[in-house]
Amino acid sequence: MAIPLSYNLRNLVVRKTTTVMTAAGIALTVAVLLAVLGLVSGLQSAFAATGDPLRVLVMRKGGNAELTSLVTQQQFQIIKNFPGIAKGQDGQPLASLEVVTIVNMPSADRPDGTNITLRGLLPTGIQMRKLRLVSGRWFRPGQREIVVGKHLPEIYAAAHVGKQLKFGKGEWTIVGVMDGGSTATDSEIYADGNQVSSDFNRPDTWSSALLQATDEVTADALKKSLENDRRLNVTVMSERAYYDLQTISSRPIKFLGFFICIIMAIGSCFASMNTMYAAVARRATEIGTLRILGFTRGSILLSFFLESLMLSLIGGILACLIVLPMNGVTSRMGNFITFSEVSFNVHIGLDIMAIGLLFALLMGAIGGLLPARQAAKKEILTALREV
Amino acid sequence: MFRYISLAFKNTLRNRRRSFLTVSSIAVSLCLLGVLIAIYHALFMNQQSPGQALRLVVRNRVSLAQPLPIAYEDKVRRVPGVQEVSVWNWFGGTYKDQSQKNFFARFGVEPKAFLKIRTQLEMPEEQRQAFIHDRTACVVSEDIAKKLGFRVGERITLVGDIYPVTLELKIAGIFKDPDAIQSLFFNYDYLRDLLPVGRRNYIGTIAVLADSPDSVPRIAKAIDDMFEDSSPQTKAESEQQFALSFVSFLGNIKVFLLSICAAVTFTILLVSGNTMAMSVRERIKEVGVLKTLGFTNEGILKIIIGEALCIALLGGIIGLILAALITTGATKAGAGAMVGVANLSLTPFTIILSLAVALLIGFISSFVPAWNAARTNILDSLRYSG
Repeated sequence: MAIPLSYNLRNLVVRKTTTVMTAAGIALTVAVLLAVLGLVSGLQSAFAATGDPLRVLVMRKGGNAELTSLVTQQQFQIIKNFPGIAKGQDGQPLASLEVVTIVNMPSADRPDGTNITLRGLLPTGIQMRKLRLVSGRWFRPGQREIVVGKHLPEIYAAAHVGKQLKFGKGEWTIVGVMDGGSTATDSEIYADGNQVSSDFNRPDTWSSALLQATDEVTADALKKSLENDRRLNVTVMSERAYYDLQTISSRPIKFLGFFICIIMAIGSCFASMNTMYAAVARRATEIGTLRILGFTRGSILLSFFLESLMLSLIGGILACLIVLPMNGVTSRMGNFITFSEVSFNVHIGLDIMAIGLLFALLMGAIGGLLPARQAAKKEILTALREV
Repeated sequence: MFRYISLAFKNTLRNRRRSFLTVSSIAVSLCLLGVLIAIYHALFMNQQSPGQALRLVVRNRVSLAQPLPIAYEDKVRRVPGVQEVSVWNWFGGTYKDQSQKNFFARFGVEPKAFLKIRTQLEMPEEQRQAFIHDRTACVVSEDIAKKLGFRVGERITLVGDIYPVTLELKIAGIFKDPDAIQSLFFNYDYLRDLLPVGRRNYIGTIAVLADSPDSVPRIAKAIDDMFEDSSPQTKAESEQQFALSFVSFLGNIKVFLLSICAAVTFTILLVSGNTMAMSVRERIKEVGVLKTLGFTNEGILKIIIGEALCIALLGGIIGLILAALITTGATKAGAGAMVGVANLSLTPFTIILSLAVALLIGFISSFVPAWNAARTNILDSLRYSG
């Protein structure tokens, strides 16, 4: 017969100071894990949402970044007439030649400024990405006008509609704020492609071309036929593959974060073991009494083991409560492929919290097993005689 | 306090399992704290080397990816206090393949000026001459030469990405320089000749050697002021500031590290506070006996706090030994590069700080239980059955 759980629960309540302290130790460990997972998952979802499997990105042969890629107007004329590219409402192919560079923007916490991706493109590119304006209007061709992603005004005082930014060959006016639906676009600046290319002295050599395929099978075929075309000499990848590549930037944080979590977890296991051993020692008489009442060694083992799990579960729940306010907070991370910063929302979802709770239970299990075994092994008479 | 030290130490041996668990727990946490402080120290409190203190980097103010006109080089050279100037051009490109293993920094420089600017660079004289005189020569740092098995005289090929060219380079020398690791330098003129005419007039950054560390801020300001009304404007900063701007790129590492350090410290505080409270509670009766024997409240306070300090210090020392193993291991494995640190080591500063944290934790965690035990009335404590 099993010992009722309420026995363990009451015990935890009686030793409330010890319970709270041990649980808090576990909670902090789990909280660190949750924070790291939340950051990484937020970053990954920002990139994953940006990549549409139907869109393919054309770059210079061997290129792996739009920033260092070169695609000329001449190449683009060939590219856009390839079969398999979807047509827009006006009957023109959905193909967008884009010029990508970076500009520096100072913020309150970093007066030296951080790099922001500047993308020069034509209306087709905006149409393909199905972007929405949050406020203002789109830029007009031939004007030094820009539209900023919705994360930028939150971070940079200079990034509001009506303000001006200085780069290229003059002052650019911010005329709108766009919403890319939690994608990397939210941290970019868009402007008229012709104006950008002339400001940065590259009228013919733009950076990359984005194409919309009619369906996934065609997307693959389009990719192969473009890469095999000797006239072009280009590398083609699906937009999704391109952004997957960029999640590499979360690696240092991930690495450091997991390293810290594992070490902290070892420390917490020792701590919970300590607490459980103390619980077993103090309750020797109780254990003896339980045995006399007819509870088996097995049920005593189970009881103490469950008590340790309950203790760590409290810690796990506490950890979820600690990190929950972080959910949705905008964070920023640099990216060595685009050489600029991407903003994303920290994402602490149910899946991540479940991982946190499991992690807490694992610590409780490791910390509780040995003390529970000791409790179960006690002889009735010696147990009763212990003070 | 020293009168009671043997008593305090004996007490730690009473419940050996508990002491062992507490020491292990503190050791593990302090090991982590030590590693984190070492990372923080290496990133943000690193002392400039004498060579670094003399060098500046000039870049396009808009961003590092935007070039500077080559004419700027001569204008910078004329700024008072500037001793030497060299083109410092990031090449990027690929050696063999895109793998992490074959990645290292590649820069185009002017060999003669480069050798003068790198004041701490060590390389045999004949290799220096070979680098200066052979147009297709390059020099590599000792660490990558070791890693990739480069030998002097070997030929290597770099395929460009930012620049649409392929460089066929001959390794003229292998150098040692504390501030230039994982890098290769080649003659910028060789690259320039291969470029389309339109791109020949643009360079990446300019490296500057100042005549003394004190004049570095003044020179930086003079350079930026000089190009204030030109297009593009420049940003001149010390080599160290320039390097730090890459660290900030990884996100707000500073806050990240500090908040984790705080969480770790707080966790140890909870753990050891908990243990001390448990062990004091167990011997309240004993405290009564000690008092009957004539020990003062103060004496009892000292014995209990002393015990906590013993445990914390032992945990701290073991933790730091572990941390030293981890940091040297990480440096050897090159894992430091993941977080932008080349050399991780436990400096005396880190060691003292970590031990101070350990002692402080021992003190704080034991003070409340010790205070309560010391204040308990003799009769009450003798009657206590816990």
